[in-house]
Amino acid sequence: MHDQSFFFQALVYLTAAVISVPIAKRLGFGSVLGYLVAGIIIGPFVLGLIGEEGEDVMHFAEFGVVMMLFLIGLELRPSLLWQMRRSIFGLGGLQLLVTTTLIGAIALAFRQTINEALAIGLILALSSTAMILQTLVERGQIKTSAGQASFSVLLMQDIAVIPILALLPLLASEIHGAGAAGQHDEAVRTFAGIAIEGWFKVGLILVVITGIVLVGRFLSRYIFRFIAQTGLREIFTATALLLIVAIAVVMDLVGLSPALGAFLAGVVLADNEYRHELEANIEPFKGLLLGLFFLAVGASIDFNLLLNQPGLIIALLVILIVVKFIVLFLLGRAFRLRGGQGMLFSLVLAQGGEFAFVLISYSMQNQVLSLEASGILLIVVALSMASTPLLLLLNEKLILPMMEDSTNEQVADVIDDGETPVIIAGFGRFGVVVGRLLIANGFTATVLDDNPDNIQVLRKFGFKVYYGDATRPGLLHAAGCDTAKALVIAVDDISKALKIADLAQRDYPHLELIGRAVSKQHAYEYLKRGITNYEHETFSASLHVGIKTLVKLGFNPYQAHRAAKIFRHHNNAIEKELFKHYEEDEKKYLSESMRFANELEDLLKSEMQQSIHAFDTAWDNTSRREEAAEAAAQNNSESAGKK
Amino acid sequence: METDKTKENRNRVLVYFVHPTPHKSRLNSAMLQSVEELKDVTVRKLYDLYPDFHIDIKLEQQLLMEHHVIVWQHPFYWYSAPPLLKEWIDLVLEHGFAFGHEGNVLKGKKVLTVTTTGGRQDAYREDGRNNFTMRQLLAPFEQTVNQCKMTYLPPFIVHGSLLIDEEHIRKAATDYRKIIVLLRDKIFSNNELQKTTYINNLLDLPI
Repeated sequence: MHDQSFFFQALVYLTAAVISVPIAKRLGFGSVLGYLVAGIIIGPFVLGLIGEEGEDVMHFAEFGVVMMLFLIGLELRPSLLWQMRRSIFGLGGLQLLVTTTLIGAIALAFRQTINEALAIGLILALSSTAMILQTLVERGQIKTSAGQASFSVLLMQDIAVIPILALLPLLASEIHGAGAAGQHDEAVRTFAGIAIEGWFKVGLILVVITGIVLVGRFLSRYIFRFIAQTGLREIFTATALLLIVAIAVVMDLVGLSPALGAFLAGVVLADNEYRHELEANIEPFKGLLLGLFFLAVGASIDFNLLLNQPGLIIALLVILIVVKFIVLFLLGRAFRLRGGQGMLFSLVLAQGGEFAFVLISYSMQNQVLSLEASGILLIVVALSMASTPLLLLLNEKLILPMMEDSTNEQVADVIDDGETPVIIAGFGRFGVVVGRLLIANGFTATVLDDNPDNIQVLRKFGFKVYYGDATRPGLLHAAGCDTAKALVIAVDDISKALKIADLAQRDYPHLELIGRAVSKQHAYEYLKRGITNYEHETFSASLHVGIKTLVKLGFNPYQAHRAAKIFRHHNNAIEKELFKHYEEDEKKYLSESMRFANELEDLLKSEMQQSIHAFDTAWDNTSRREEAAEAAAQNNSESAGKK
Repeated sequence: METDKTKENRNRVLVYFVHPTPHKSRLNSAMLQSVEELKDVTVRKLYDLYPDFHIDIKLEQQLLMEHHVIVWQHPFYWYSAPPLLKEWIDLVLEHGFAFGHEGNVLKGKKVLTVTTTGGRQDAYREDGRNNFTMRQLLAPFEQTVNQCKMTYLPPFIVHGSLLIDEEHIRKAATDYRKIIVLLRDKIFSNNELQKTTYINNLLDLPI
């Protein structure tokens, strides 16, 4: 069964995902549990559709975690990261320290040596970045205070993986060194060697990080711009992927966690104007790879081992979750996570993580842990990951309703990632005026434009300008359409403008849409979609030229101004009228060459039929003069009669 | 009070809210809010409706015909109303509609000025800082109403808006609401209305 073609494997994985994930979501379990269960089903112990190669798949799919950290980095400006330092190092550091100590102590009680106990403690103190962030994002809780605290802890754990990887071999060498003095010397020498190598490594790491920061800050803009100017979308996608793969490779070379490197790169690029386009490009890859990763984790659960020692494994699973939960809960209190937020924080982090898989096999290779202990740990970690979605569901349905004021804080502590109340799609000569007016009145605007040359100039003037074609739904999302109040459609391409309108109406019904109409037909298409807030792109300017002309022909300035005002309102009324015809007889308008002539004819006809100024009797005293003359005449005849 | 009055017996009230900067107003906004939801009261925020001063004359005349009591609510700017109300008066109260031989459409309707002044009441006396009383300063409005064969009611005035506190804002809003309800339900007698200078005074009467 194991030498099937690539396509057969793809068929198995995709089918499993497509069937199980929607069901899991429908039942309220979230996608992660869906993937895990699907993995178990296609794994060796149920259907046997995938076997040992599942592990290779898992290593490959771990790349999804790297991408996820990159995307999270993109959302975090360095200044925001700096604000989080207390929770990263305080909360995260304490969590690692206390959990490692407690789990280590318990391992000692299970008759492990002190080195083994330390290794086990370190390995199990880590939680699952992939699992937690995917779950929190899916449930919209990443920006709550619990979400932010969880993220800080995960970040600290990612940082800690580096020293842990360095420490594990040392634990092994001490096992060998126990007893004989000669071997002890050797251990010391090895230690010294590692120390020197360590310093070299630290230097190397610093060089690499500096490189990432410098390239990201100063060079990437020009690279992305150069790529964007080719106008080939797939090359931009390729560049985005290349960026992340390159970072992963370099990080691996210097012994850093690729995920951490990708996160760093994300943070560096958070201010970059191509940020949203990068996000939209990487997002689908991340989603698929993470799904694959969870599938592989599900498939890797060794049910034979579970059936052999069910008591021990279940006991260890419970101990792991309870210990982690208690530590997190107490630390959460100390860091002011109360009520529902404290519960969420403690439950969501109470499991073993994907790093545990790596570290367990690494420890096995370094003979820190026995084969048997490793096997048991692996299954405990996998089961703990599977238990998290269930625990969260339990929390939501049973525990939270029992706690008071648990819901009040859901949206508190939102990190301002710079989203703006308005998004302007298209920033050429039309959109730019809209943007200037908004900025002049104290509003910030996110601007989407696919002309790389505009971006360079506008960034200098304080606009948040992002490169990208706004007709891609991913980009509208990335630009913050779910938090913005209004979307200005200022692109000059009619079909693009209407596509943006359709996407926005479908996905973000709360958004106020304001449109630039390029032609009458364009305006009708807006009206057809219920969008009444639109302006003809040239109408106001033409009207003002008309005013100036009237003045040159002898109108008083206010008279001309008022004439234009009346004309504008009259024109709007006519447009609504003509829209009815358009709806009735759309085909008439489809003949491209006839359209303008037809419209003109309709317009001029209605202008001829009713002189629009016939109604304007403002400040007109003709009738009063007539009445006064009448009265005077009557007076005259009366006084004449008296004579 | 309302029980012996059937709905058909009520006056329909048309409130014109004329304020160019409602977002900066505490008093006028609070007052407007207190009458906005009342039955048989139509509120027209002129500056929202006609930000470019392009008044729909026919529509405005139609509305005037459908109501019995017309309220002009505005802050008192330079001893007068904000310009859009003057524009409205100029354009809507047309010859042949509101005045003149044939202009009898508005005959018998009542008009109430509701205004707020920054200065205190004692400034609006012949020996006060402003040299004229409110009724003297409001004379152009009163005569406009007379010219249209309507009745100009004693105005509802809130003085001292510059330093007014929350409590007095609330009081002004409730008083305003009371007055509108009383006018709507035809509680005031013409005699009472003729005797007083500010309609505010009638609130103290036992009704």
